[in-house]
Parts: sequence; C-alpha cells; structure tokens
Amino acid sequence: MPDDLNWAIGGEAGDGIDSTGKIFAQALSRAGRHVFTSKDFASRIRGGYTAYKVRTSVDRVESVVDRLDILIALTERTVHENEDELHEDSVVIYDGERSTMQDVEVPHGATALEVPLKRLAEDAGGAIMLNVVALGAACEVTNFPIENLDESLQKRFGDKGEAIVENNKQAARMGQEYVREEFDLDTDYDVETTDEDYVLLNGDEAIGMGAIAAGCRFYAGYPITPATDVMEYLTGRIDQFGGKVVQAEDELSAINMALGAARAGARSMTATSGPGIDLMTETFGLVATSETPLVICDVMRSGPSTGMPTKQEQGDLNMTLYGGHGEIPRFVVAPTTISECFWKTVEAFNLAEKYQIPVFLVSDLAMAVTEQTFSPETFDMDEVEVDRGKVVDESDIDAWLDEKGRFQAHFPAADGVSPRAFPGTTDGAHMTTGLEHDELGRRTEDTDVRVEQVDKRNRKVETAREEESFDYREFGDPDADTLVISWGSNEGAMREGMEFLAEDGYDVRFLSVPYIFPRPDLSEEVAAAETTIVVECNATGQFADVIEHDVLERVERINKYTGVRFDADELAEEVKSTLADSAGTQEVEAE
Amino acid sequence: MSSDIRFTDFKSDKQPTWCPGCGDFGTMNGMMKALAETGNDPDNTFIVAGIGCSGKIGTYMHSYALHGVHGRALPVGIGVKMANPDLEVMVSGGDGDGYSIGAGHFIHAVRRNVDMSYVVMDNRIYGLTKGQASPTSREDFETATTPDGPNQPPVNPKALALAAGATFIAQTFSSNSQRHAEIVQEAIEHDGFGFVNVYSPCVTFNDVDTYDYFRDTIEDVEETDHDRFDREQAKDKILESDKEYMGVLYQDEDSVPFEEREGVEGSMAEIPDGAPEGAMDLVREFY
Repeated sequence: MPDDLNWAIGGEAGDGIDSTGKIFAQALSRAGRHVFTSKDFASRIRGGYTAYKVRTSVDRVESVVDRLDILIALTERTVHENEDELHEDSVVIYDGERSTMQDVEVPHGATALEVPLKRLAEDAGGAIMLNVVALGAACEVTNFPIENLDESLQKRFGDKGEAIVENNKQAARMGQEYVREEFDLDTDYDVETTDEDYVLLNGDEAIGMGAIAAGCRFYAGYPITPATDVMEYLTGRIDQFGGKVVQAEDELSAINMALGAARAGARSMTATSGPGIDLMTETFGLVATSETPLVICDVMRSGPSTGMPTKQEQGDLNMTLYGGHGEIPRFVVAPTTISECFWKTVEAFNLAEKYQIPVFLVSDLAMAVTEQTFSPETFDMDEVEVDRGKVVDESDIDAWLDEKGRFQAHFPAADGVSPRAFPGTTDGAHMTTGLEHDELGRRTEDTDVRVEQVDKRNRKVETAREEESFDYREFGDPDADTLVISWGSNEGAMREGMEFLAEDGYDVRFLSVPYIFPRPDLSEEVAAAETTIVVECNATGQFADVIEHDVLERVERINKYTGVRFDADELAEEVKSTLADSAGTQEVEAE
Repeated sequence: MSSDIRFTDFKSDKQPTWCPGCGDFGTMNGMMKALAETGNDPDNTFIVAGIGCSGKIGTYMHSYALHGVHGRALPVGIGVKMANPDLEVMVSGGDGDGYSIGAGHFIHAVRRNVDMSYVVMDNRIYGLTKGQASPTSREDFETATTPDGPNQPPVNPKALALAAGATFIAQTFSSNSQRHAEIVQEAIEHDGFGFVNVYSPCVTFNDVDTYDYFRDTIEDVEETDHDRFDREQAKDKILESDKEYMGVLYQDEDSVPFEEREGVEGSMAEIPDGAPEGAMDLVREFY
C-alpha cells in the first residue's frame, strides 16, 4: 500500500463538492498531514461534472498522480469520469438508494461501499448534509480520527450557528457508524496523524497574501477565472492595512486605475487572465514609458480566445514577454510553486519600484486552484523586505532639479533608473506621459533625446541583470546526461516524476526557472547535457523557443495542452519516451 | 500649500501648439484660475489627460500630471485619488476621448462619484486627426469620413451623466472665461465627481459649431429661474435639443464621494520597510 492516499469527491457543480473537499483537506492539514488538492470543474454554475481531489501523505506532496484510493461519488458520472484511476484496493462510496445510482458498476475490482447518505443525513437533521455523511464514512474507511473533521466543520458552518455545526458533526458520525456496523471492511488504509501544524492555501491566495505583505495598498481588477481569487482574497483584508480593492468596469479601466494609484505612490497591482491581459495590453507601453512601477498578474488559463476558461494552460508566455506595440522594457516573473506565488509577488513589487517598470507576475490555473500544505514559517513575514527604490522627498529633491528648478523625473541616469517624487512632494511637480519625452517628461521628437530616453529605459534591464539574481532552482544529479527544464506549476509534477524515473534507472538533472525575462543564461547547462527537454503546458513550446534562441541549440519538448496539468507518473513516462525517440533519432543520424 | 498661489504658477514654460484661436486656450486658463482660486498649488495637484488636442493640457500646465492613452484618463484619475485623497485631481479630455473610446469609463466614473473634476473640451470634431466626425458632431455634419454626415444623433453627455447618477453636471463656453473659471471652480469644490462639458470651438475644422454660433445661442441658467438642485428641471434643460445652456445644470447637495464611502483615509504611499504589523495573522487564517 502506498504511503500517500488519493481521495476525491465528485458530483454536479452546485452539489457542494468544493466545500466538502475543502473540509476534508483542512481536517487532514490540521491533523498534521501534508495535502495537495486539485480541482476538475466546468465553466458553469450548476450542473456539469465537478470534482475535488485530495492527495495526502505524512511526507510532502507536490503533485497529483493517476490513482484514486477513495472516491465519494455523488453521481453515476463521477464513477465513469474516474474509471481509469480506480484499482482493486479502491473504495467507492455512494448512495445506492438514489435512483440515479441504481446501476453503478464499480470497475477494476474496487470495493463498492453503498451508504444511504441521504437517508442518514435526513436522520441527522437535513438531506443537505449528505456530503458530510460521506466524509464520516471516508473517515472510517481510512481510519482517520473523525474528531479532526470537527474543527473544519466549525470553520465552514460556524457562522450559521452552533446547531448547524452540531448537526454536521452528528451527520459525519452517522456515516462513520454505518460503515463500521454494516461492512466488514478489510483495507490497509491508515491515515496517520502527526503533531505538525500546517497551513493550507492556493496560489491565488498566496499571491494576495504576498501583495499585502509587500505593502500593496491598491488593487483594481475585473473578475475572471482563474484570477478572481486574488481579488476576493484582497477584498476585506487589504482594508485592514489601509488599502482598497476596486472592481473596475473592465480590464482597460483596471490597469489604468492601478497605474494611477502607482503614480500617486501606492504599491499597486492588477490581476487577470489571458483575455483580460489582451485588453490591458494597450497600457503596457504607457506603464513602461511613464516609468510607473506596476505589478500586472496574469493567472493563465486555456486559450486562445475564451478557450477553456476553467482549464490549465501556459499559453501566455509570449503575450507577457512581447505583448504591446513598440518595444517595451518589462520583467516577467513566473512562480513555480504556491509558496513562490507569495515570495515572487513580494519580489515583483520590489523589482517594479526599484526599476520603475511593469512587472508581469505569471501564474497558472493549476497553481491558482490547487491548495497545498506548508509550515507557517514558509511565509515568515519577518523575512519580507520592501525596497522602494529611488524615492526622493523634500530633503533631497534639490539634487534632481535642473537649473530652472524643474524636477527631472526622467533623468538619464547611468543605471537607467531616475528619481521618483510622489505627488505632493514640494518642488516635485512634473509630467509623465506615454509620448516620447525629455528628462522633464515633456513631449519631444528630438532624435537624440529619443535615443537617449529609449536607451535609458532599456538600461534598466541590463542593470537588473547585474544587480539581481535571475536564477533557477535545481534538482537531481548535476552531472546527469538528461536535462529537463520547466517553468510555472510543472515543477511539482517533475520533481515527483524524477522519483519514478530514478526507480527505472533514469538519471535526470532538473531546472525549474521562475524568471522568464530577464532569465538565467542556460547555455552551459544545455551544452553539458546530452539531451535537453523543455516541459510546458502549451502546444507550441513557447519557453522552449526562447531557450533555443538563448542557447543556439535545438531542445526536445514535452507539451501538454489537454487542459489538464501534468501528473507526476505521466510526466515520467513522457520523459522516457522523449529520450527513447531522441536516442532513435540520434542513431538514425549516426547511420 | 502656500496662500499666494497665482494661476500663472500652473503654467509650464512650454508654448502650446494649439492652433491660434483654439478654444482650448480659454478652457485651460479657466482650469488654472479655478485651481488657484480653490487654494491649490502645483505640488498638490494632479492633472490627468487622454489623447488628442485636449490631451496636451498636461504639458502646458505645471503640476503633477499624467498623459495617458486614448480614452482612459478617468480610470487613471480615480486610481490617483483613491491612492491619495489629499491630492486635487482634475481629469481633462476631449469629446472623442470621453464620449467615444472612453464612454464606458465615463458612465462608471460618474456613478462611482470619486471626488475629482472632469473637464471635457467639446469641439464636436476630431481635430488632431484632421477633421473627422466626433460623437458630439451633428447628424448632418459633413467630414472626410462622413461625407453625408454621421447620420446618427450626437451623444448627449449631460443626459448620460444624469442617467448614470451624476452629482454635478455643468456646461461652460471657453470664450466666456470668467463664467467658465467660476463653474470649474464649483466643480472642484463639489464633494464628488464634478463634470463640466466645455464648448471649446475648433477654429480649423469645425465651421458649424463656431464661437459665433455658441455666442448667439448659449443661455446662462443663472439668468433663468433654474434650480440646480432640482433633478427634474435639470433633466428638462439637458434634454432640450435646440438649446445650448451654460452653468451648473445639476448638483446633488447630499453627494458623498466614493472614497469617503469606501473609508479611504489618507495617502497609501507610506508603507513600512517590511511586512506590515500583524501580517503573520494572514498566514494563521489558513490553519
């Protein structure tokens, strides 16, 4: 029996799948177990298949695997959707008394556990609690102490009153007792608890938390899946720290409001997904040319156009890297884990203000909707540093005034970074514009000034390359012949995939790269490897393209664009087959 | 803030490139006068402009300013004011900027009622692109892109504003500089979104909506028995299609600015050197 347990609840959207899954995940987290969740949902409010999956282990878990041990099926379709992941030790919990579940055939010799969920829930106080009855049943199957559910139920239903909480606790116990009394189960599942304290959060929440930690005070956005959780997280919370969230009328407004707030001196952010990024593109150049520090977050989903709004993809790399007319200096930072969503957000704000430049913070759906456990110290707020760059005030503004006493907000400094005076600063009044301008911010078409200002703005990138550490995270054997490179949320699946590869005798060096631009120079790493494979969730290999451009060498590609993130075991198989194909090609070339 | 501020302190040393006789000169002078009269100075004033002839205003005035992209000046102004309510924020644009490409933002800025002023230089033509129809051009106004006229009625921005819940709607004529400055001053002093549509004639491309036309037609509501606090009266004046009015057409005495309703208290520019106090509670929420 494996050390980790894979559990899922599935049904129709509107069945409370999400909250039930979350209750279980939180209970596991509180019981000192690591958790990694994933969601399968459709772009509709009610109806349609939806599932919440929880992978849990005493050890850290970084990804999903292609296996289900416990499945709570609220609909017959749930069983069919997950058929391939069930095995002979799986247990499927369902209500056989419901008309839709009469003819369920549980495949692959898995155990069918018929529990009258609805009837028991009614006995406990209301049919609506049938999901919680199922949770109680799952506790019994997995030997997970049911008391651990209580706090999660309190957290979920506390504001509905103590009676509701008690009814739910009762419902869970009825599910547990029913299984205990009616079945003579012989499973080896034993979900141990530990004394560890973990927090459980998703990527969007980590971005929101990072923003507040970094001193973000203004957020303007327009709701869009899967970025909305950033806005929902900040709403209410940012106010406690003197900030404000504004729901704008559209994305054009959102980015311009955020720009205005940034210009007024606030740390400011907007977040959206691909279609919203398209709309915001108009303003990218203005942000860069007016030298306003702004964090623009893109939580990617399946495109193009409206694509598959609730599905995974990493298709916006080129958009964030090249989007906008003209040539726009910008930074593109892409967190590779949920904890990095926090830390890279903090870094994005510092980079934006140090270099007075737009910073794209690029995340993806798989990371946005996945919850993962962490030690609270992972987000140690004492470690957060705030660097506001070259801000001048009344005391030192004189050094930046010209002979007529005018503030030179676009002074062509050697490092490309000019002084910044927040509006309200005495003697600092000045203009900023998207028009080409001189050092005072005044429009110009003078050829020399044009070149000077373009060079000045582009110099920020060179300065940042020297000052900052745009590096990668490395795993595996540094001397391995096979080099795998990925960006974004694939890191977890690849790290676990390396364990499967190692079992089969494959030695791999893996680089996870959180910086798209500026990015580390991987020439030496690629040159040292026999085979380089770039892994990403898109069809054309956008990151592979930039790597090839950098290293002047062909790389192999693993691309997934089904709308579903990589599974660890699946990715391991892909690496093996890429190596086999690549070896085949080399043999052919040798002949 | 010094008390001896004069309107010329708001003037930059850049000479305007507007055509000689352009209505925008008078519009801008009135804005500068109004800012000085209301006790502001360049260091606490933020001007936001869009694109077109009107968009140049930030260059010719001296203050903190941002000249943005076409039609998006209002959201920028809202962001500035939300981040620092202590600043005097004035947004300026043209009829194309405000009522065509930025029409969506206009409606929502009106209903959001952030405490700032919005001065639109309405010349009923696209000047800087050399004479095409604008959203306020007359139905039969012939231009290079509309040889038979736009063949659609012009936008009535005051009516849009009223319908969207505006708390201050005014109209001025740039040539009547004293009244124009007074009305912009009222817009600044209004607690909320002070919307002023300014007839600001284009002497190069618009030979219909000229100084003479406005001079002959315009009537100051101050000289009528108009009650600016009466929404019904405002509606009647605003919907009157064959009449041009000047003055404050509507004002809501009970207006409370958005940022006040939202509880924004001061500048958001000041932040601690590290994570704010109590930030660890944000982590503990996820237990």
